[in-house]
Amino acid sequence: MAEVKVYGIFAGPFNRRVELALKLKGVEYEYIEEDRSNKSAELVKYNPIYKQVPVLVHNGKPICESLIILEYIDETWQAIAPLLPKDPYQRAMAHFLARLIDEKFVMAKYKVCYGKGEEKEKGRGETCEVLKYLDNELQDKIFFGGDNIGFVDIVASYVALWFGAIQEAIGVELLTKQKFPKLSKWIDEFLSCRIIMENLPPRETLVPLYKAQFEAATQKASS
Amino acid sequence: MAEELKLHRTWSSPFGLRIVWALHIKGIEYDAIFEDLSQKSPELLQYNPIHKKIPVLVHKGKPICESLVILEYIDETWKEAPLLPQDPYEKAMARFWAKFGEEKLLPSIWSVFTGQGEEKKEALGLAVQNLELLEEQLKEKFFGGEKIGYLDLVFGWLAYLLDVFEEVIDLKLFDAGKFPLLSAWMKNFYDAPEIKEHWPPRDKLVTKFQVLHEKYQTANPPK
Repeated sequence: MAEVKVYGIFAGPFNRRVELALKLKGVEYEYIEEDRSNKSAELVKYNPIYKQVPVLVHNGKPICESLIILEYIDETWQAIAPLLPKDPYQRAMAHFLARLIDEKFVMAKYKVCYGKGEEKEKGRGETCEVLKYLDNELQDKIFFGGDNIGFVDIVASYVALWFGAIQEAIGVELLTKQKFPKLSKWIDEFLSCRIIMENLPPRETLVPLYKAQFEAATQKASS
Repeated sequence: MAEELKLHRTWSSPFGLRIVWALHIKGIEYDAIFEDLSQKSPELLQYNPIHKKIPVLVHKGKPICESLVILEYIDETWKEAPLLPQDPYEKAMARFWAKFGEEKLLPSIWSVFTGQGEEKKEALGLAVQNLELLEEQLKEKFFGGEKIGYLDLVFGWLAYLLDVFEEVIDLKLFDAGKFPLLSAWMKNFYDAPEIKEHWPPRDKLVTKFQVLHEKYQTANPPK
């Protein structure tokens, strides 16, 4: 039986983060692809409260919620590729940024996609506010983690890849090189890293998924 | 000499109170700055420009925002009276239940407070379910074991706000008979000197939430 198991879905941004972290640290694991419309008995057993991916199972013990899993991975396999800084203030900043992405940015993106009128406009504003914040945070660094990919880079893969695909799918362009030069540069650098290219789904596979999701939701709303 | 440490908070916010409790448990001196949320100080807006919320901890001029991030920063910076477990798996479990508290339990109880009619009934069912899940997590005197820890501070608001809500909305939310462990925990939590000394006055809380409840009733009259 594999010591480490990851439950995920192909296009899932949150489980892909977990896999990225394990790959960066050279930890072997077994991957189990879930079908959201037909969840496995194991997934429900390991995550009874939320019944969702990702779940990391280490020596039979499950850990849920991607940011919590990332920290667990960093604390358990400390020797290789540390993801979080040692300094408490830098760590706090990394946590703050991660939450900014997972909470404010994801909610704002939802308003941009599905909001009407004022709500949609608010979403656009909030999306850009977070992008600006991230852009400023990068300063002169190659990665959010400094010289190497770290915790925030992994979390921000959502912005680099998934948000890019969403923009294309719904025909919106908020993240531009002109408005967010440092962030755009980071995206190019990040997505061209071998480990990223090998472990994230190709953008061409995500765009049609989001297009279909968006069209289905729009049709449902107007019917 | 006390290190330069300031905490921007309000008198009643549970998010600020958990930081107050943490600092007192660790015996750390600080200056409290009480904010009027209808007229936020320029310092608060400077320290937390993106969320504009309390609490903000400012340590040697550097701000840390988001109460759960602040708690971990405090725990990593001042090692006495540790709040989080050392073991990575136990830590992950504490973080998971904290997230559950913020994303599921608190909103469900808030929905009971603000809701009307059918909506209120549904919210009550969900709130009770969430409280049952929490009751199952109490294995010792505190969530942290023999001593107060991170999760006790995260859930501390239950001990002072639940019965205030019940009085204001005239509805039994928390049946002590159904939750013997949580009931005992609330009493043990309140009895701890570092907690008792920093407990918001009940009559002031009732007044505050009465006003708030009326606002919600007027904004959304029962249909």
